Amino acid sequence: MVLQSSLKNCLQLSCILKTPKAGFRSTTSGGLIIQSISNDVYQNLAVEDWIHDHMNLENRQVLFLWRNSPAVVIGRHQNPWQECNLRLLRQKNIKLARRRSGGGTVYHDLGNINLTFFTTKKKYERMENLKLVVKALKALRPQLDVHVTDRYDILLDRHYKISGTAAKLGRTTAYHHCTLLCNADKFVLSSVLKSPYKGLKSNATPSVPASVKNLFEEDPSLTCEMLLDAIAEEYATQHQIGHHITLINPADETVLPGIKNKTKELQTWEWVYGKTPKFSVSTCLNMVYKDSVLDVKVDMDVKHGRIEVCKIDLPEQWLPPALCCELVKSLTGSKFCPNETTTLAATLLRVCPQDDELQSRWNLLCENMTMLM
Amino acid sequence: VCIHRVRSCSGIHFIKSKYVCVFDKSALKFSHQQRLFRTSAVSCGQIVQFKLSDIGEGITEVTVKEWYIKEGDSVSQFDSICEVQSDKASVTITSRYDGVIRKLHYNLDEIAYVGKPLVDIEIDASKGVASEEDVVETPPMSHEEHTHQEIKGHKTLATPAVRRLAMENNIKLSEVVGTGKDNRILKEDILNYLAKQTGAILPPSPKAEIIPPLPKSETVPAAPKDKARKIPVPVSRPIVFSGKDKTEPVTGFHKAMVKTMSAALKIPHFGYCDEIDLTQLVQLREELKPVAQTRGVKLSFMPFFIKAASLGLLQYPILNASLDESCQNVTYKASHNIGVAMDTEQGLIVPNVKNVQVCSVFEIASELNRLQSLGSAGQLGTNDLTGGTFTLSNIGTIGGTYAKPVILPPEVAIGALGKIQVLPRFNGKGEVFKAQIMNVSWSADHRIIDGATMARFSNLWKSYLENPASMLLDLK
Repeated sequence: MVLQSSLKNCLQLSCILKTPKAGFRSTTSGGLIIQSISNDVYQNLAVEDWIHDHMNLENRQVLFLWRNSPAVVIGRHQNPWQECNLRLLRQKNIKLARRRSGGGTVYHDLGNINLTFFTTKKKYERMENLKLVVKALKALRPQLDVHVTDRYDILLDRHYKISGTAAKLGRTTAYHHCTLLCNADKFVLSSVLKSPYKGLKSNATPSVPASVKNLFEEDPSLTCEMLLDAIAEEYATQHQIGHHITLINPADETVLPGIKNKTKELQTWEWVYGKTPKFSVSTCLNMVYKDSVLDVKVDMDVKHGRIEVCKIDLPEQWLPPALCCELVKSLTGSKFCPNETTTLAATLLRVCPQDDELQSRWNLLCENMTMLM
Repeated sequence: VCIHRVRSCSGIHFIKSKYVCVFDKSALKFSHQQRLFRTSAVSCGQIVQFKLSDIGEGITEVTVKEWYIKEGDSVSQFDSICEVQSDKASVTITSRYDGVIRKLHYNLDEIAYVGKPLVDIEIDASKGVASEEDVVETPPMSHEEHTHQEIKGHKTLATPAVRRLAMENNIKLSEVVGTGKDNRILKEDILNYLAKQTGAILPPSPKAEIIPPLPKSETVPAAPKDKARKIPVPVSRPIVFSGKDKTEPVTGFHKAMVKTMSAALKIPHFGYCDEIDLTQLVQLREELKPVAQTRGVKLSFMPFFIKAASLGLLQYPILNASLDESCQNVTYKASHNIGVAMDTEQGLIVPNVKNVQVCSVFEIASELNRLQSLGSAGQLGTNDLTGGTFTLSNIGTIGGTYAKPVILPPEVAIGALGKIQVLPRFNGKGEVFKAQIMNVSWSADHRIIDGATMARFSNLWKSYLENPASMLLDLK
């Protein structure tokens, strides 16, 4: 049933999206509410990009509703190593995405809803959007103590953050999106958003940590669907349009031509990691070898996600100096990535004298190096 | 419609604003107050200070986070210049002009001020005033949005250079599908349109082609009809190829390959190939697959190939050896750490299964599953990638029959397995039957391995696989 209606809606959507003058009976020129049928963070972010780049928002504003399966989303100018526990993300198979808007890092899962308000640059107004959300929440549950701060956060009970905001402005259009915690996994949230990486120095936008709470904790009868519905209702009222949510399939190239490329771009290493502003790593590896602990000083400069400069200070003769030199040379220019480092290290070992002692020392050094990434 | 009008007035350098309104009456509804043409007052190489425009919400300062261009770069109107950030909002600043960037007023992470100069652009006036006339533009200081030609109710965006190209080739911009930002028509779109008209072969456009904005059911019957009417006319127009060579440094996985292969080059390789009849093994695997499945393991052919190789290495240990740098000593490795070449997204990696000589086929399968999932997730550790003594490469999963694999130092032998094909063969009674045939191509280090040793090892390995029951006798 859902598929049928989404197909019908998608066809009508393609009319709306491409011919600004074409009308759709229940949505007059005031606004449009669309909801993604996908839970893939890259696909959904690609929809935002698509609307931002291709839609004419002169006479029509758009509200986009979406939810993602577990993912960490960092802001445009942030450093993922600084913001989250990448090792844990890889282990738990949690996706990492970089969005195009500014702001800090958030954790998404199906217990969190995302709202994107699309307008022309002139009509860009974050406070109004957040007030709309608060109004919707209060209409749904009048006893909720929710309000908007001047940092564009929504707080519950004056203390707990339930929503974070970010925005993107282009040449003619703009969007403001925010999260809303309904029933997210707070345990995973706090563990993935804690970075274990030490010695990082960077000018990337830092996140401001805050205590969070789920709306579900305040009122267990609340679900994500109810929140989405309430917000859509309020938006429809304020824009004088019918309360009708059009479903959108982010994988449909006919409705959203070019969407596949946008989705692919968001997944590339060059975008997710490569867009990290230049940073440096300066730390000391404490390697436990046999009965002693070795202090190895490591200094690296990382630009565009690649190691620009690399310095490893090993105890003399612990490893053949020529081999260390080769390692440093190989790492220079490579991605600041555990997989590449491991592969390079394994390759270099092939052209060494075959010695078990050497091999175990080498593996130890490389394991410790990859722990930094 | 608009283009033709301009052409007829090409002799006139100044077009009064009233002519603009005549083009399309509906344009009046959407026109903005100010509408001027850039006149010939713009002389060659004039430097214009492009100021940071208002971002809204009363914001006066932003931080410059990324420059998309550098001094000396050419920009077109609407190209992205930089990314600035202010209070959780990331803003893309685009150019208002065509020209060359002459100065960046801020470094990264510096604060930029609204209303103050951001970059200096040298306006490209060398294209001549005529091209300027095609564009209806607002004066540089205006904050009004640029107006565009309105044709058939659609707004078409295109830079002056693109419009001129369209004009020169008698193309109606309304008929061209724009693939740029905001559906802007790019030079590539004009070229693609041309290619369709003339049947000229052009390299594929870098941007995806956008399907015309109508529901599928309406366009499909229309398209073939149109194509039938248009007869491609060969034209001797110079074909413009806009592709450029791209040079980038060799890093990461490729660097690793370069190092490995350069070392491998020093090894004198010889090859030995043979054909294996896997008919019985195929049947055996079919029977064992569900058993392994119940234990949570996916069983492919590789565990059998790997175990058979290990059994063979027990008889011919020199194939599991290593020659030192000076070629003075040969070390016979006790462990059979058999490497399996894997193709991942990033490139070729070769993790190895440790101590195959004491593993059962099931244990090998289980270990392979682990290595495969780690490999595809890019999470293999150094221990998995080092210590290999012998390698098998199953290139047949992708395709091919015979290969000439390259030995991975410090090993002395490698085998490449082709794909399994169903081929007709003769049995003992001289009858033709359906056989499952796979080819194997071995390479070995001729400094310490001779052809006879390789051949005998291969025969033994082959016999184990052609008659799996014989493996039972020698399994440890």
